[in-house]
Amino acid sequence: MTNQDNNEEQAENSGSSRRGFLKQSAALGAFAMTPPSAMKAVDTGLHEKIATAFEQMPLQVEINGTLQRLKIEPRVTLLDLLREQLNLTGTKKGCDLGQCGACTVHVDGQRVNACLTLAMTTEGCKVTTIEGLAPAGPDGPLHPMQEAFIKHDGFQCGYCTPGQIMSAVACIREGHADNPDEIREYMSGNICRCGAYSNIVDAIMDVKKGGQKV
Amino acid sequence: MNQFQYVRVTTPKAAVAAVTKENNSLFLAGGTNLIDLMKRNVMSPEKLVDINKLPLNTIEKTATGLRIGALAKNTAVAEHELVRKSFPLLSMALNAGASPQLRNMATVGGNMMQRTRCGYFYDTAMPCNKREPGSGCGAIGGYNRMHAIFGTESSDRSSKCIAVHPSDMCIALVALDATVLVSGSKGERRIPFIDFHRLPGDAPEKDNTLQKGELIMAVDLPNNPFADHSHYLKVRDRASYAFALVSVGAALNLKGNTIQEARLAMGGVSHKPWRLTEVEQFLRGKPATEATFRQAADVAMKGAKGYGENDFKLTMAPNTLIDALKTAAKNA
Repeated sequence: MTNQDNNEEQAENSGSSRRGFLKQSAALGAFAMTPPSAMKAVDTGLHEKIATAFEQMPLQVEINGTLQRLKIEPRVTLLDLLREQLNLTGTKKGCDLGQCGACTVHVDGQRVNACLTLAMTTEGCKVTTIEGLAPAGPDGPLHPMQEAFIKHDGFQCGYCTPGQIMSAVACIREGHADNPDEIREYMSGNICRCGAYSNIVDAIMDVKKGGQKV
Repeated sequence: MNQFQYVRVTTPKAAVAAVTKENNSLFLAGGTNLIDLMKRNVMSPEKLVDINKLPLNTIEKTATGLRIGALAKNTAVAEHELVRKSFPLLSMALNAGASPQLRNMATVGGNMMQRTRCGYFYDTAMPCNKREPGSGCGAIGGYNRMHAIFGTESSDRSSKCIAVHPSDMCIALVALDATVLVSGSKGERRIPFIDFHRLPGDAPEKDNTLQKGELIMAVDLPNNPFADHSHYLKVRDRASYAFALVSVGAALNLKGNTIQEARLAMGGVSHKPWRLTEVEQFLRGKPATEATFRQAADVAMKGAKGYGENDFKLTMAPNTLIDALKTAAKNA
């Protein structure tokens, strides 16, 4: 863990992190659209209690090898479940409309857009996120594709990178990484506004040619 | 997104019953379009009936062709050996659509049920006869670069909607004479693919001819002699992952250089997958030459009408058709 991570964690613990602030403002924004039944819950408690006024449904899903027994609102997407409830913030929210691919994760081995997947539809499924990609877990050595993205400088700002990497791994596993043209076609669901595309293609070609197990 | 009830069903009968009896209840399959529309408050169902656990994802040979289950994923269909070998047009069309992630989620039935990507349909602050019947059409006289050039007239000869159907897969299915098998509260029925989607006419809010609660079970494709000469050509704003400006599905049965039979459909030009039966008849018995294809394009463009920004499609559509036919004639 880097110093920066430590700092972030401390900040979150102190209750004044950027993420915490964003969560609070989002919850306040939601007031305007909240039905009266939920408003009652707000009067009597903290904003976290809003959720309890909505219908909660049981969900069992395996995420990065751990079986999760959850209760969620039906309208929660897999992306929001990962980020907001399970603190797996490696999966990014870009457009939230299935157009950018930043939220790409694997469900039962298939790459999908987590933002368009209702979490309830993953009942009984196995989900892998960027945190669960490296075989030895987040504290072990990086996955070969993660190494290759660093080696080839396959990013600038890094926001699309988790999605790019999840997609890149799937691209090789599917057998769609035989040449740069094929890679470009089969990576088209992942947008990089910094324009690191050529380096991303190099990274994928490198892993493919290296023949490492992905 | 509005709150909604969520139910998971395990039999088609239960699915049909759940949607038939509730006013604002919808089937949920891949969700790639529906969840998107719900996030933007374009659609706000009170209940979602999750049909993903229904056993409708098989792809199998039948006595007369191929049956594709409604819940077969777009990727599974596109990469299926029988589809690639015997119905390459379908495989090509599917692979030209969306992104690998979306194709892994999207189902055949859901692909058919896609709503238009017209910007006015998506923008709840704008008028749209499809989203809100009677409110007007923002695209007529507005930003209509992506819009229709065929089949836009209503009964009083004006246009109520110039949106286009966004699917690539449906262009192949309509060209290849597919039939849709649906199940409803009154039993099963079969709908020829060409009659599944409808023109806007006076009721642009209706995309298709399904009755309330009817569930798409499968799509049947008849065997055909077109596998050697098929091509799907999609023209779009970027090389991949964009909706069609114009697309053409072309399939030919050649004997020597003579066209025995042709199947043709166009995408990005109409409210429904635009089958070109008149052009198919014109091509029968003609030599497969560029001169023939140019004449065919003239036949195809009869009745086309531009709305300003999309006038370029009046040139792009015939050119795309000629190119697709030339490539299909060469393929083997």
